Amino acid sequence: MIQCEVTIKNRAGLHTRPAATLVKLAAKYKAEFFIEKDGIEINGKSIIGVMTLAAEQGSKLLLRFSGEGEEEACRAMVDLFERGFDEK
Amino acid sequence: MKTEDPHKKEETVLKGIPASPGIAIGPVYVYVKHTPVIEERSILPEEVEHELDRLEQAIARSHKELRKILEFAEKKLGEDKVKIFEAQLMFLEDAVLFDAVDARIRGELKNAEFVVQTEIEKYHRIMLASKDEYTHERANDVEDVRNRILRNLQEQRVISRLEGSSVIVSQNLTAPDTVILSRNAVLGYATDIGGITSHTALLSRALKIPAVVGLKTISHQAHDAEQIVLDGYSGEVVLDPSEETVKRFEAKRVRYQEFEARLSGLRDLPAETLDHRRVELSVNVEFEQELDFIKLQGADGIGLYRSEYLIVGKEVFPTEEEQFNQYKLLAETMYPKHVIIRTFDIGGDKVMAQSVKENNPFLGWRGIRVLLDKPELFLEQLRAILRASTRKNVAVMFPMVSNLSEVRRAKKILDQAKHQLRKEGIPFDARLKVGVMIEVPSAAVIAEDLAEEVDFLSIGTNDLIQYVLAVDRGNDVVSSLYQEFNPAVVRFLRRIIDRGKEKGVWVGMCGEMAGDPLATILLLGLGLDEFSVVPNMLPEIKKIIRSVKYSEAQKVAKQVLMLKTEVEIKDLLKSIMQKKFPDIPTD
Repeated sequence: MIQCEVTIKNRAGLHTRPAATLVKLAAKYKAEFFIEKDGIEINGKSIIGVMTLAAEQGSKLLLRFSGEGEEEACRAMVDLFERGFDEK
Repeated sequence: MKTEDPHKKEETVLKGIPASPGIAIGPVYVYVKHTPVIEERSILPEEVEHELDRLEQAIARSHKELRKILEFAEKKLGEDKVKIFEAQLMFLEDAVLFDAVDARIRGELKNAEFVVQTEIEKYHRIMLASKDEYTHERANDVEDVRNRILRNLQEQRVISRLEGSSVIVSQNLTAPDTVILSRNAVLGYATDIGGITSHTALLSRALKIPAVVGLKTISHQAHDAEQIVLDGYSGEVVLDPSEETVKRFEAKRVRYQEFEARLSGLRDLPAETLDHRRVELSVNVEFEQELDFIKLQGADGIGLYRSEYLIVGKEVFPTEEEQFNQYKLLAETMYPKHVIIRTFDIGGDKVMAQSVKENNPFLGWRGIRVLLDKPELFLEQLRAILRASTRKNVAVMFPMVSNLSEVRRAKKILDQAKHQLRKEGIPFDARLKVGVMIEVPSAAVIAEDLAEEVDFLSIGTNDLIQYVLAVDRGNDVVSSLYQEFNPAVVRFLRRIIDRGKEKGVWVGMCGEMAGDPLATILLLGLGLDEFSVVPNMLPEIKKIIRSVKYSEAQKVAKQVLMLKTEVEIKDLLKSIMQKKFPDIPTD
């Protein structure tokens, strides 16, 4: 299991578009993926779960991957966050 | 307000939140959607496969429905408006969610409706409780998707095809409802609940269907086929309207539609020249009824609120409380745009039942003179204005100032009002901006001194020109001598604007000249910071401002300042206007 912390850079936070991007990326990897925010953990492959996080700009999230390809998945996900989900 | 009640007794008048502009007149269609009633049932292990099957079909059907709505919405509204439906589709495709539902059906041996209901409710509840507005709104989408699945599980059909054209009245309209119903000839939408940012509001605006939300009880009060008037500008709805009411709204509809045609496209654009000089383009207002019109126009604010109209026709001055309610309404309605309230400019021709009979009212007891002579009334008005300023979008302006000490005395009374309110623990904007009207020639001559005492100057050309040229506009014999483009007037304007800016205050204009298209380029070129115009002229003035360069306008102003007669000035401006704006009439 590996864990990494990310901060949300996007102005509008984790709204529909980035949430969808995140979930699509997570689906590519076999590893299980959970996101924790303020003590609440949700399945990162579930769009409805990601939505309930209400993650706004500046929020810190803990990403947890476990299983096949966990390292690669983690790197790819962190990169996505760093790039602000490629939003303008 | 001051007129007699224009509504007859049989009508029912309701007030809601105006969500989408337009006026709809037509028959009611009461749209009722039944929320699925869920019962918890235990199932036998043999029934599990059947239950999972039902669920899969319900999801597939829901998916198909939403896809259809999304495609329709995309065609009608464009790609960016379909985000709502995309989100709903994504929820339907959430594998984690439905894997959990499957597992629960198998494990708990309960019916699909119950498991879907309770599983999605977990997420729904969290989102509803979120302080984040966006997430809170998504909760509605989640609930909507859930209801769709449940409806399909119960094989309930939803009506979406209607006969004829009607105004749809409903307790609530979800985003898919709002869109799918518009396939019919919908004249308007009226709902019990909802706010200005609800899906109904946003989509109605995109669909250009008039809508009023937040009417609270309309779905119970309206009857099918009953006539209804819906005013999406003001939020007013009338059930079973009288003939006069219908006529009144038909007339309003024509007026507003004509105006919108002229305004189209300009409303949300800033009053900015080609070389990016931004000026304020505001409106002059008297009556409360105009407010919905004003919000429609994309004005930067109210540059002049003529508070004396609160007194017109009345015997007694309005109390502080009555004034406060009016000013508050103004401030709230216009928020976040600003409102400049001019203190009572009475006397002269705007008099109420005054006992003083003056030979020469224009040179007599009016404007700030009256207020300073009646400090209790002045104090009351200032208190009311301060109390209405809590959102920090209010400013105050004094009329007919002719010397510096008047301004200082007025400011002292303002300080007194502030002091009182502070002691009483009543909140107000401590940094309330203060301005003066420049309409008396002496004020123009000492503009720099006045500018040191206040935050802004507003040029009242109507009176300024009369005083400067010694002409009574109302006197037919000499009224042709009332000339906006008289060289003396132009030089006065130049002086006022220059001196104000030297002292770091902005200079605006609320007189008629600000709304005269022939004057716009000149005023721009002189450096005017704010144009407060009669609402009707806003589109034209904005168009002109946006079509010229500030540098060009400055050149024009320089040229004008060298001309010695009114005729030459007007000719120059007319020739410019005819070339650049042939379809704007400059008489």
